[in-house]
Amino acid sequence: MVGILEDKDRIFTNLYGLQDPGLEGAKARGCWNATREILQQGSGWIIDNMKASGLRGRGGAGFSTGLKWSFMPKEVGARPHYLVVNADESEPGTCKDREILRHDPHLLIEGCLIASFSMQAHAAYIYLRGEYVREREVLEAAVREAYEAKLIGKDNVHGWDFDLYVHHGAGAYICGEETALLESLEGKKGQPRLKPPFPAGAGLYGCPTTVNNVESIAVAGTILRRGAAWFAGIGRANNTGTKLMCVSGHVNRPCNVEEAMSIPLKQLLEEHCGGVRGGWGNLKAIIPGGSSVPMIPAEQCETALMDFDSLRELRSGLGTAAVIVMDKSTDLIRAIARLSYFYKHESCGQCTPCREGTGWMWRVMERMVRGEAEMSEIDLLLDVTTQVEGHTICALGDAAAWPIQGLFRHFRGEVEERITAYRRGRPHIQGHTLAAE
Amino acid sequence: MPKAKVNGKEVEFEPGMTVLQVAELAGEEIPRFCYHERLSIAGNCRMCLVEVKPGPPKPQASCALPAAENQEIFTNTPMVKKARQGVMEFLLVNHPLDCPICDQGGECDLQDEAMGYGRAGSRYDENKRAVEEKFMGPLVKTVMTRCIQCTRCVRFITEVAGEPEIGLLNRGENAEISTYLQKAVTSELSGNLVDLCPVGALTSKPYAFNARPWELTKTETVDVMDALGSAIRVDARGPAVLRVLPRLNDEINEEWISDKTRHAVDGLARQRLDQPYVKIDGRLRPATWGQAFQAIAERIKAAKPERMGLIAGDLQDAESMKAALDLFRKLGVASTDCRQDGSKLGHGPRESWLFNSTLAGLEEADALMIIGANPRLEAPVLNARIRKRWLTGKLLVGVIGEQADLTYGYNYLGDGPEAIKRFLDHGPIQKEKPAFLIGQGALSRPDGAEILNLIGRAAKALTVVKDGWNGFNVLHTAASRVAGLDMGFVPAEGGKDAATMLDAAEAGEMDLVYLLGADEIDTNKVAKTFVVYQGSHGDAGASVADVILPGAAYTEKTGIYVNTEGRAQIAERVVFPKGEAKEDWTILRALSETLGQTLPYDSLAELRGALIAAHPTFGHIDHAPGHSSASQFAVNKIGVAGEVASTPFASPIKDFYLTNPIARASVTMAECSKSRALSLGLLAAE
Amino acid sequence: MSSRRLSPDQPQSFAFQPETLEKAQWWMTKYPPERKQSAVIPVLWLVQKQEGWISEPALRAVADLLEMAVMRVLEVATFYTMFQLEPVGKAALIQVCGTTPCMLRGATELIALCEAELGPRDHLSGDGLFTWQEVECLGACCNAPMAQINDYYYEDLTPESLKAIIDAFRNGETPAPGSAIGRRSSEPAGGALTLTDPSLYDGSRALPITAIPNAKEPA
Ligand SMILES: Cc1cc2nc3c(=O)[nH]c(=O)nc-3n(C[C@H](O)[C@H](O)[C@H](O)COP(=O)(O)O)c2cc1C
Ligand code: SF4
Ligand code: FES
Repeated sequence: MVGILEDKDRIFTNLYGLQDPGLEGAKARGCWNATREILQQGSGWIIDNMKASGLRGRGGAGFSTGLKWSFMPKEVGARPHYLVVNADESEPGTCKDREILRHDPHLLIEGCLIASFSMQAHAAYIYLRGEYVREREVLEAAVREAYEAKLIGKDNVHGWDFDLYVHHGAGAYICGEETALLESLEGKKGQPRLKPPFPAGAGLYGCPTTVNNVESIAVAGTILRRGAAWFAGIGRANNTGTKLMCVSGHVNRPCNVEEAMSIPLKQLLEEHCGGVRGGWGNLKAIIPGGSSVPMIPAEQCETALMDFDSLRELRSGLGTAAVIVMDKSTDLIRAIARLSYFYKHESCGQCTPCREGTGWMWRVMERMVRGEAEMSEIDLLLDVTTQVEGHTICALGDAAAWPIQGLFRHFRGEVEERITAYRRGRPHIQGHTLAAE
Repeated sequence: MPKAKVNGKEVEFEPGMTVLQVAELAGEEIPRFCYHERLSIAGNCRMCLVEVKPGPPKPQASCALPAAENQEIFTNTPMVKKARQGVMEFLLVNHPLDCPICDQGGECDLQDEAMGYGRAGSRYDENKRAVEEKFMGPLVKTVMTRCIQCTRCVRFITEVAGEPEIGLLNRGENAEISTYLQKAVTSELSGNLVDLCPVGALTSKPYAFNARPWELTKTETVDVMDALGSAIRVDARGPAVLRVLPRLNDEINEEWISDKTRHAVDGLARQRLDQPYVKIDGRLRPATWGQAFQAIAERIKAAKPERMGLIAGDLQDAESMKAALDLFRKLGVASTDCRQDGSKLGHGPRESWLFNSTLAGLEEADALMIIGANPRLEAPVLNARIRKRWLTGKLLVGVIGEQADLTYGYNYLGDGPEAIKRFLDHGPIQKEKPAFLIGQGALSRPDGAEILNLIGRAAKALTVVKDGWNGFNVLHTAASRVAGLDMGFVPAEGGKDAATMLDAAEAGEMDLVYLLGADEIDTNKVAKTFVVYQGSHGDAGASVADVILPGAAYTEKTGIYVNTEGRAQIAERVVFPKGEAKEDWTILRALSETLGQTLPYDSLAELRGALIAAHPTFGHIDHAPGHSSASQFAVNKIGVAGEVASTPFASPIKDFYLTNPIARASVTMAECSKSRALSLGLLAAE
Repeated sequence: MSSRRLSPDQPQSFAFQPETLEKAQWWMTKYPPERKQSAVIPVLWLVQKQEGWISEPALRAVADLLEMAVMRVLEVATFYTMFQLEPVGKAALIQVCGTTPCMLRGATELIALCEAELGPRDHLSGDGLFTWQEVECLGACCNAPMAQINDYYYEDLTPESLKAIIDAFRNGETPAPGSAIGRRSSEPAGGALTLTDPSLYDGSRALPITAIPNAKEPA
């Protein structure tokens, strides 16, 4: 066996698409089994069990899913309730929801029904990133199957009228932020909204809405079928359950895999991914939770566990559990500069610090890649990151700041060397290097 | 009321207020760029950051954060200061340092805040971004590189003006403000964009490079371009009026003004009558005041009172109308009229010609029937208020008359009187505060009095007037009109109204017609008559005059104007009249002496005293009567009972930009008119 | 990314083809009737499918269809980077992911290849057959480096395999999307190490569940 989690405890049994993603195949793998009975337990029961499972949102922030569902108004007033599923998956390094969408869509559809029922929503939207064209085709087909089999829709076999709609974006990372997603779903630019009001009070079309990641929703059916205790028994306290992890970069065999939370990072790479390219000793640094979290250096990778608490202690984060591995051949400055470009490209442009700061940070980073910078600019750059961080409507500003902070936290020396090397042999006056030309 | 602490000082606040508002209650000024009281909250500039307890350990945007009971707000901690300095630095990294050549200089929010939060030097070593210029039409000049993406302009044009013609394109640092395909903005309120823009990205095109703010003398006065009497400030340098800006007046114009109010000012310098003229041998020749008066006196002495008439124009102040009316009555003239447009208002109770709900009161209305009016053209600022109410979802609008784009949705009920008749036996509607808005398009026609009666009866049926609520609203287009009606500037017993005077003149039955700033008449009809024109501009009236007496424009005299609500307001003199021109009442006073009919007042104060003695409403400055007399107002008894024609109603305004002599003299207004015609496809593009 | 602008060369008009309109109407049924605007991204996407790009007359047609201010449609079209505001290559629009996970595994070489083969980015190639762009993370990082070509993903690329794909498109073929090294999807190269337990697939999981864990006691 590789890793920690046994196959029998895996939720996404068609993760790789080796089986039939259609309704028949999904049912044979246990999807839609006892869904009616689960709903019969009632909304409060579902929410309580989701809380008890310890499931924390799989979209990056890690907020308790059961608790989030409980924030919806208990009674439906004049405005209908909505569930919105965040399938915008755009965080660099992350490619797990994609596999659910195209290989296990029925788990997601079932989860949508259960979650919507528990929040008294009769309609849900799944917002896919626009580039997932094939994924959308598969998902639409699965939704159609579910309607035809009367699993969802009006007068379905589950006794809860429920419409499920697939929607898509058109290329904007920011639409993964839940309120930007709602704006986009309303046909506008994806610019995050001010909070409060929170979506549970006024979300889609001003109605009470809950936004959840694909994985958070797709695991719900299995959790309730197998019991909260089963899920809570995997991983560590406060970091429970199974988790899809995406390993990319310099490993021998990059892959997605569903593993137990809190699996040691090293074990994950060694056993599932064929190890770091050139051996563990060749490891330089890892970004453990998608591009937005700070990197950790090789030494820390020895002991890091793939969970919220362990990675937070290392001043990084689990994020989406998208592990980006960088071996010793990596130009870390360039790797981070490329992320800075990403954030500059994806800033929606409404908040001043993010709009102006992401471009500034990227430009300085680009010069640092070449070494064409002053030493004093390192602290200047770090100061700029703190002027962006925490000063914006949404967390994209933070996400743009953290990778740079992570780089300097652990590899400041490397940048300093680059600058020194560039300056060597070039005249400089009062601290300013004269350009080569 | 809930309480919060601002920097340790306790304040009570209204539930629903934001942290920014609460801080201001406590006397703390919070810097802001994107926030504006009258626009939706964007919360995007991030300048208004404060620290709040309880709350996350990071600064919060105070403009968007609801204040809470027992909240502690800090506006001056090191965290706040550092955060604001950071935002300021970001705002400046791509903002050009071109203050010396920027028209916003001296009144720029960014410049002001940079004093408090800016760094001495720039830490940004990269090239500044340049943004392509955008075209927005004849009024708004753009230097988009200066834009700080606060989106006030987008929100104003979308929310207030109701013409979603400006947007923020692209994203991130490429975000830029533009109109669609760089077309001219078509809103009649577009000039307000310039006031709203906190930096020099949007500035006034006609005013470009004209002056610096500190060179100007600023006079607070009222507008005469429509009948709202908007609060304005007029800035002048020496004898030249350079610009008009809105003043805050929640009861009238909030803080908006129309493009005509703002930009017709160049018309004050053009086509001016700056000395008297007398026609000799078919040609107008410069004359002295004495010669001009003599020429008039000769005619008046030879004429019979019933063959003389007096017509007052739309921009006239109350005092000059009073003096003219007194003089002509002394001469025994009964044919006097202030209704150039042929409106039939002016008889019966005062409520029958007022906007009784008041302008601000319209925001309480839950149903509005617009009859024979196009408020967008006749009073754009009022139209914005209607839209504002409509946007709340609490106002149902119906229209009888022209089917125009009013910037809000309405039910179209028909084009003329027939549509009103349907409501005569309609039961009371299920609305608390229904209102009518009646335009001159319904009343300035031969059957206007009968239509007024018909509307009155419909108003009764629909309970538009009831105890405590008077939703019977007449919208005037002329700034002088209500004052005229209030003082009885209509034909006396046996006198002719304006139209009849003109017909009589055409038939050769008039000896003298005195036009007191009256230009909106069919001047062909007075060709055979001796015409005296007293006014400020060489417009229609002057072109047919035999004697011209140069008067003062509204910025050149102090005078009372009564707006459509019946609110008397005092307009102040900004500059002196041009050349030999004089304040209008003094001209009439002097003429009365020449005629041996000396008017009994030697100063403006005495004239005002006489006016108020005769008509006390003129003494109630800044006061609109509103609903006070609703219970005594027999709305079903107004006008004249009788047959009405089924002819559709038509708004009196055909070209918003060219409705009076000042506007017609304005080059800017001419450009606007052309630009609008182009965008409507009425003119082929060159 | 520079500012995205409407192409200076615009067609006179735009008309929805019947199939496009039918699909657009299907999209519109997904939202409450007074929320037609919600369909703006899908409808613009359909327009792009029909024409290959989005022209100014098309923006107006979309605004009319969805009862939106055309300014709002333009904002959307310029905000979302999947909308092509200029005509693109007839054979293929190649979007190479350049973000760090792909960069770490060779995206830079793919980009160099595109430049050499097809000329400068964001422009029609000389023969009008191709447009290539560098785009941001496409969410297929376990199969890096990769590119989206027209609608689908081509993964685990090398300059050689990408060149072969480009050549195929040039010859009017449509090579099969997916991994260029024979992976099914994102399993480790060489075959899945997990999900090998046959009992997952023998139907045993579909057997009736007698009791839901933690079920409430029947009242
Ligand atoms: C810039 C930004 C991008 C995000 N992108 C995604 C995304 O692609 N997918 C996602 O599920 N959540 C994303 N999130 C997180 C969502 O805002 C939200 O927290 C999440 O969808 C909640 O779902 P969960 O509670 O199930 O995790 C993003 C957040 C930010 C600030
Ligand atoms: S043009 Fe002026 S008002 Fe408009 S977004 Fe820019 S700075 Fe704000
Ligand atoms: S004034 Fe509050 S964010 Fe701009």
